[in-house]
Amino acid sequence: MESLLLNNLLSWIIWFPLIGILIILFTDKKHESFIKWVSLITIIIDSILSIYLLVNFDFSKVGFQFVEKKRWIEFINSYYFLGVDGVSILFIPLSTLTTLLCILISWDSIKELVKEFYLALLFTNIAMVGTFCALDLVIFYLFWEAILIPMYLIIGIWGGPRRIYSAIKFFLYTFFGSVFMLIGIIYLYIKFGTFDYTILINQKYPFLVESLLFLGFAIAFAIKVPMWPVHTWLPDAHTEAPTAGSVILAGILIKLGGYGFIRFALPMFPQAALYFSKLFLVLSVIAIIYAGLVCLVEDDLKRLIAYSSVSHMGFVTLGIFSFNPIAMKGAILQMINHGIVTGALFMCVGIVYDRTHSRSISYYGGLATSMPVYAALFMVFTLASIGLPGTNGFIGEFLILLGTFLSNKTMVVFGATGVIIGAAYMLWLYQRVFFQELNPNIAKMPPLKINELTALILPTILVFWIGLYPNLFLNFMTTSVQNLLMNLK
Amino acid sequence: MVEKQFELITNFDIYVFLIPFLPLLASIITLIFGKKYFRDKAHLLPIIALFFSFLLSIKVLIEVINGKIYHFDIYTWMFAYNLKVGLGFLVDPLSAAMITMVTCVSFLIHVYSVGYMGGDPGYYRFFAYISLFVFFMLMLVLSNNLAQLYLGWEGVGLCSYFLIGFWYQKGSASDAAKKAFIVNRIGDFGFALGIFSAFYFLGTLYYNEIFSKLPEIADKYIEVLGYEVHVPFLIAFLLFCGAMGKSAQFPLHVWLPDAMEGPTPVSALIHAATMVTAGVFMVCRLHPLFELSDAMMFIVAFIGAITCFMSASIAPTQFDIKRVIAYSTLSQLGYMFMACGVGAFIAGMFHLLTHAYFKALLFLGAGSIIHLLHHAPDPNDIRIMGGLKKYMPITFWTLLIASLSISGIPGFAGFFSKDEILAQAFFSKYPWGKFIWLLGLIVASMTAFYSFRIIFRAFFGEFKGWEYVHGEPHESPRVMTIPLIFLAIGSIVAGWIGIPEVLGGKNHIEKFLVPVLGHPRIIHEVSHSAEYLLMFLSVLAGLFGIFLAWLIYIKKPELETLLSKNVRALYTFLYRKWYFDELYHYIIVRPTIWISRKVVVAITDNTIIEGIVNGSARLVNITGTGLRILHTGIVNHYSTFILIGILVYLLVYLYLK
Repeated sequence: MESLLLNNLLSWIIWFPLIGILIILFTDKKHESFIKWVSLITIIIDSILSIYLLVNFDFSKVGFQFVEKKRWIEFINSYYFLGVDGVSILFIPLSTLTTLLCILISWDSIKELVKEFYLALLFTNIAMVGTFCALDLVIFYLFWEAILIPMYLIIGIWGGPRRIYSAIKFFLYTFFGSVFMLIGIIYLYIKFGTFDYTILINQKYPFLVESLLFLGFAIAFAIKVPMWPVHTWLPDAHTEAPTAGSVILAGILIKLGGYGFIRFALPMFPQAALYFSKLFLVLSVIAIIYAGLVCLVEDDLKRLIAYSSVSHMGFVTLGIFSFNPIAMKGAILQMINHGIVTGALFMCVGIVYDRTHSRSISYYGGLATSMPVYAALFMVFTLASIGLPGTNGFIGEFLILLGTFLSNKTMVVFGATGVIIGAAYMLWLYQRVFFQELNPNIAKMPPLKINELTALILPTILVFWIGLYPNLFLNFMTTSVQNLLMNLK
Repeated sequence: MVEKQFELITNFDIYVFLIPFLPLLASIITLIFGKKYFRDKAHLLPIIALFFSFLLSIKVLIEVINGKIYHFDIYTWMFAYNLKVGLGFLVDPLSAAMITMVTCVSFLIHVYSVGYMGGDPGYYRFFAYISLFVFFMLMLVLSNNLAQLYLGWEGVGLCSYFLIGFWYQKGSASDAAKKAFIVNRIGDFGFALGIFSAFYFLGTLYYNEIFSKLPEIADKYIEVLGYEVHVPFLIAFLLFCGAMGKSAQFPLHVWLPDAMEGPTPVSALIHAATMVTAGVFMVCRLHPLFELSDAMMFIVAFIGAITCFMSASIAPTQFDIKRVIAYSTLSQLGYMFMACGVGAFIAGMFHLLTHAYFKALLFLGAGSIIHLLHHAPDPNDIRIMGGLKKYMPITFWTLLIASLSISGIPGFAGFFSKDEILAQAFFSKYPWGKFIWLLGLIVASMTAFYSFRIIFRAFFGEFKGWEYVHGEPHESPRVMTIPLIFLAIGSIVAGWIGIPEVLGGKNHIEKFLVPVLGHPRIIHEVSHSAEYLLMFLSVLAGLFGIFLAWLIYIKKPELETLLSKNVRALYTFLYRKWYFDELYHYIIVRPTIWISRKVVVAITDNTIIEGIVNGSARLVNITGTGLRILHTGIVNHYSTFILIGILVYLLVYLYLK
């Protein structure tokens, strides 16, 4: 029994939500609370499975683990090929956790088309986990694009007033990027006759071809991250998306970009990646500072946090393109951190938005007086976001900046200014929302509900856990990152 | 250098561990359960915890005096390839002296706060924050590596942020809190780069390994922007940026006066006795690095000197009692950096320790008056005080002791430490020592002047705040006066640990710290007569300042208005604090916001990038509309298009072939 589970563990984690989906499909839409509970329990089990995956991971092993390889579309030589290594493994529990938080936070706030909403969430979970496990480019591309569909619906149906514009913008923007990757994948197939990742990373190309292929993949990933200057879909998508949509966007979707760079763009096209690394480092630094400056003058809470994501992801890409093992580890960890912290911040905004229907900072003021517990938790995420030592944000930023410093000092000097700007806009935000005299708009705020509290406590624990004992998480990556960078040199 | 043989202990030691972690535990419990369960008893747990920390510090101090040094990690905090840092402790004479002072002063201030903060709705929050502060401060001091130093460094900054903004409903308080954090972040930007460069050049973040590898970089140069820069200078300078922020040295000093928005015990503990001295502590801790570069030593001395003089010039013009003391703190911190910059690290540390007592006392004494006047619109204003000597005798006498101490009157703690600094500056092997000595002497006079300005204005003459007190002004409750008395004792006896040999003392503190900080960097053969002369001059300077204050504020009160009227320009310049706030507002804050709003958001983001994005969508739209004309639905047209297409294809094919 156990071996049956272990041998196909990744498939179990990916496809388990299907059970929930089936049950919900055959449930009448009137039974809203039943639907919610089914999806909650489904995701809890899926999360337990993903923790089980972590427990069974072998730190010292080079290469992929939990590999499943089955014939799939034989005539194009595509396999159902799954596996995880130190780069991808942490994203799997992160995905299930994110979905779990989304269900908790949407419990009362989604009131229309409840059945469809939870179906979309569970479907997103399948696609997210699948993307991180796929080692066959066809499977990868399918999962990668499959996320767009439920996300498009989540933004377009349950979103704010400008949801249609934002949803289409989000879809076309990211789809535009993916097309270049698709062309690259097709080229690789014609050239080598395989979609197998483990074969493709060992190929040699003429430099021009490699550069074009790299850029094709890089455009897709850069838009997802999003890097400057292809970031403008993110603020719109975040602003209009319902809370759960924002959490998934911040928590997982934009991580796919960073993951894509580390998994595909760098190891498959190392020469080109090295050649273009300067460009990407500069773009990262621009993103850090540029988005930080936008945050300084933004009045919309969600847009502010969305832009802060651009800034933080700038740190991640900075770490990736510095080609330093410390920075690379920092970048992967920072993606996890950012998913936790920014996801939590979006939940925080969603919680007050549900009560006031305002996202404008100037609408608030003195909130610490009317919602003290909420204020304390928001403070934890603010501090994690500005990288205070003891929180997870510090470990990520510190490793990225320190590692990058070893290979490129100038970039760090500029990039580290983002730490100052970050403190400025987050603390200013906090001051305007929580401090000062109580704004009469928000004098009577209902306290946190149990589902909201739970959804905020879970990330709080992780903020301090990773901040104080990051080695547990860093150890997962050690072998893989070392191996990855060794192949690059 | 090491004269005494130390016994190195590398095993985990529970007592050392408990010193910082008791306050942490108390803080967490108070924060979570305080509101519901402890309410007005919220002070109990932190005070008990801190008392035990204090006892343990003494125990550890005695062990260190007897020749033990602790150096161990609790666990490995960050581990990535060649980067390995732990959370751990280094207890040597330097940190043992610091923790004893920190726990002692913190304990007294905790007790005082019971009276001062009584009845405040955020009572439990206050005690949770200051206990948390003590934890971070102890982690900072006890750290054995740069990363943990940074943890403590930012942690104390965070608590300072919480406590400055403790009355967060007040706009000015939350502004000041934010300002403090961001200005500190600017310094920490340099500090972080300093840590990175230390790791880059030395490959480690542990102090002991850094020191043993220093010879490797002693003569190393690196090109920065086309200049050859001495590596030790680079690292030390970047780290020193952090010290300028935390210890509020020019040009990052602007946050400290505003930080007085916090409750007075906070000003005493964080913004006088402990946190702001972290920069001095860091320089002393890393003194072998700083000493490798003469240029760096000069900068330390020079920054200290500017701050020292500037603040002493601002202090006499301020009417807010806490701001006056805040400027005096800046000025005294300047002394400590001046000491470091002339190689008198021990004197700097000594002044740090004595200063903690008399400066905490000054603040708490001021707090005692503020507590009395807390119904006034601005209870800090010295213009509504006066004549309090007979109503508040304990406050008066203790505050007088603190003022005598800071003015460098013989017998009080400040005398010994300040004199040590001035003497060692005068005899320093560094050429700028004489200048530092002269400046220190002048500022000593100014210090005495503004300190006694407070004494004379607050305690002599007529009381002017009748409308704000019910009945007669009265002494503060015992829970507040007893800590004052203890601190007053500290403000005297703390100096006795460093009575110089020329006065027949043993100078224990020097003997104690020499193994860590080394002997003073002075020219050889210092004659006793010269030392006496210097001592005489510095006492004279202090007395002169007191005399001047007496003349202006007691003897001829009309002189004050006369002075402020006749030198209007200078007075306004000083009163507006050399216009630093305005300067930063107009050259940094405003332009940044302007660029963000007008250039980044309006032009780049909304016009250019979004223009291209939406423009391409429109282009597709227009093209589509245009092409729709071709979709006529008539078969003849389509067949013509097909024919054209085939012909073009054939032509291209033939051409390429």
